Amino acid sequence: MDMTTSSDRTGPSLPAPAAVRPEGVRVIRAGFIPLVDASVLVAASVFGFAEREGLRLELVRDVSWANVRDRLAFRQFDVAHMLSPMPVATMLGLGSNPSPTITPFSLGRGGNAITLSTRLFSRMQAAAGLAEGASALEHARALALVVRAMKDAGVPPPTLGMTYPFSSHNYEFRYWLAAGGIDPDLDVRLVVVPPPLTSDALEAGAIDGFCVGAPWNMVASERGLGRIVAAKQDIWPSAPEKVLGMRPDWAETHVETVMRLLVALDAAARWCDQPENHNALADALAHPGHVGAPVEIIRRVLAGEFCLDAAGTRRVIPNYFSFHADHAGYPRPSHALWIYSQMIRWGQARYSEEGVAAAISSYRPDIYRAALGDAAAPADDDLRVEGDRPDDRFLDGHVFDPRRIADYVGEFPIARHGRDGSADEDDT
Amino acid sequence: MSQAELTILVIDENAIRASIIEEGLREAGHERVTVIQEVNGVARTIDMLQPDVIIIDIENPNRDMMEHLFQLTRTVGRPIAMFVDRSDTASIEAAVEAGVSAYIVDGLKKERVKSILDMAVSRFNAFSRLRRELAEARSALEERKVVERAKGILMKMRGLSEEEAFTLLRQSAMNEKKKMADIAQSIVTAARLLL
Repeated sequence: MDMTTSSDRTGPSLPAPAAVRPEGVRVIRAGFIPLVDASVLVAASVFGFAEREGLRLELVRDVSWANVRDRLAFRQFDVAHMLSPMPVATMLGLGSNPSPTITPFSLGRGGNAITLSTRLFSRMQAAAGLAEGASALEHARALALVVRAMKDAGVPPPTLGMTYPFSSHNYEFRYWLAAGGIDPDLDVRLVVVPPPLTSDALEAGAIDGFCVGAPWNMVASERGLGRIVAAKQDIWPSAPEKVLGMRPDWAETHVETVMRLLVALDAAARWCDQPENHNALADALAHPGHVGAPVEIIRRVLAGEFCLDAAGTRRVIPNYFSFHADHAGYPRPSHALWIYSQMIRWGQARYSEEGVAAAISSYRPDIYRAALGDAAAPADDDLRVEGDRPDDRFLDGHVFDPRRIADYVGEFPIARHGRDGSADEDDT
Repeated sequence: MSQAELTILVIDENAIRASIIEEGLREAGHERVTVIQEVNGVARTIDMLQPDVIIIDIENPNRDMMEHLFQLTRTVGRPIAMFVDRSDTASIEAAVEAGVSAYIVDGLKKERVKSILDMAVSRFNAFSRLRRELAEARSALEERKVVERAKGILMKMRGLSEEEAFTLLRQSAMNEKKKMADIAQSIVTAARLLL
């Protein structure tokens, strides 16, 4: 059945629902974590995009990615806001409960940043004589100097927080650290901190920095606790972020519902990209049932206006969030493979042909195309080379060829691969 | 090994629920049970105890932290499975519904763990029931208090007897298809605003 629908439709012009409704499901339960990158789901639910497709999107806020995964696996959720590496990990059989999960839709790009404690940052300034407006790479190198000095002095290494072992934050933090010459497993201690608790953990001194999604970096910088030293755009502008996860069997038995959901989410994503809607979106996100952070901060985050520290140092990052522009919703298989390459680089997985196939199978552009039409999909290759376009470079200039994963991983001097697939060095 | 006693770690921020589970485990004959409420330093605890089963409240945001730990650590036999028998969907759903999540050292016989999980689920449910009943009792008490107050106001303002005031309240509630406590609450609020 060809369910192609024009994606710029503005009114309820679907065929009579009764005629095309073999499935009883109209209510979709979606799990999410309080982050600005849940915007598309929130907008679809609150601003009528789901309703227009004859759906009711029930959002259920959750406290951990492990819960989101388990509740999706055990049918408490139909779909979920997920970290892009999560479906990839499940298909590779990694993690505590690798129940098969696919993604036919990406919830957008951007939103992450790395924040370090003001104390650590001033040590970096002293050690490296950092100029105002230093780059993300310069910051990483400065941190490397401080970490080395700490090691020489016999001081325990900095403790850095991220959100989940299979997260963009884990891989981006590691990428940034390694680009600066820091081994993320040997030179620092990486721990997991739930996103809403990052500021408090920084304040309490439990961690010295973190990589997390919006708005939690800006919350920490505005409280005078931390300094933002790198944004996702600095590490790799088109890096995948959150995706819409679902069980493959659910997608197969609810084809019609999935099509409608994707049409609704696509329209919602388009709406979220438009600056004139950001006030309404920020209000909805600020609601305690959604993100529950100050509306002012969310508004600035959506505009990409960064307060890097409490002193008011500012930086504007264009397209800090892209929900729809430049095919942000398209689940690009080369992204799934880049994620796989990071799992290999850091010893979570080993390279194999089967691994490549498994990783690719988690991303489902075919469903995206069936719902939104080929015209809504990008014209370039599904397995495109990443990081070779002028506006889309990796922090350290490497280029990712999805057909040469093993070679790519081998290019990096700091890595954990080739160690019997195990990431452990110390287990404090 | 299969005869050895299982070491069980319970992580629960709610002290009362934790002790209810601990009690249940001990009643079932498990001696090696450790309960912690604070997840700080949990890595050391796990390192020392080498637990076979870890039970953790599903609402605990630190589950992600635990999973990261399992990724790193060699001491806990990995991979740590979430549920013993994936095909037993009914009991898995019951667990998730009850708010129980568990990590089990891979290779453990499922019969040995199932009873522990079932027990945790029933204790979690018992605790929720207890809490619900407590909340209901509390709100019943609140309702009685507000009805008493409204009655007092009616008696004073309209010179009614206690029984007449009560009848008037009940009649109004029936007429307006509302709960008596709601009518009483509006009388109390109105009195506060007007007098």
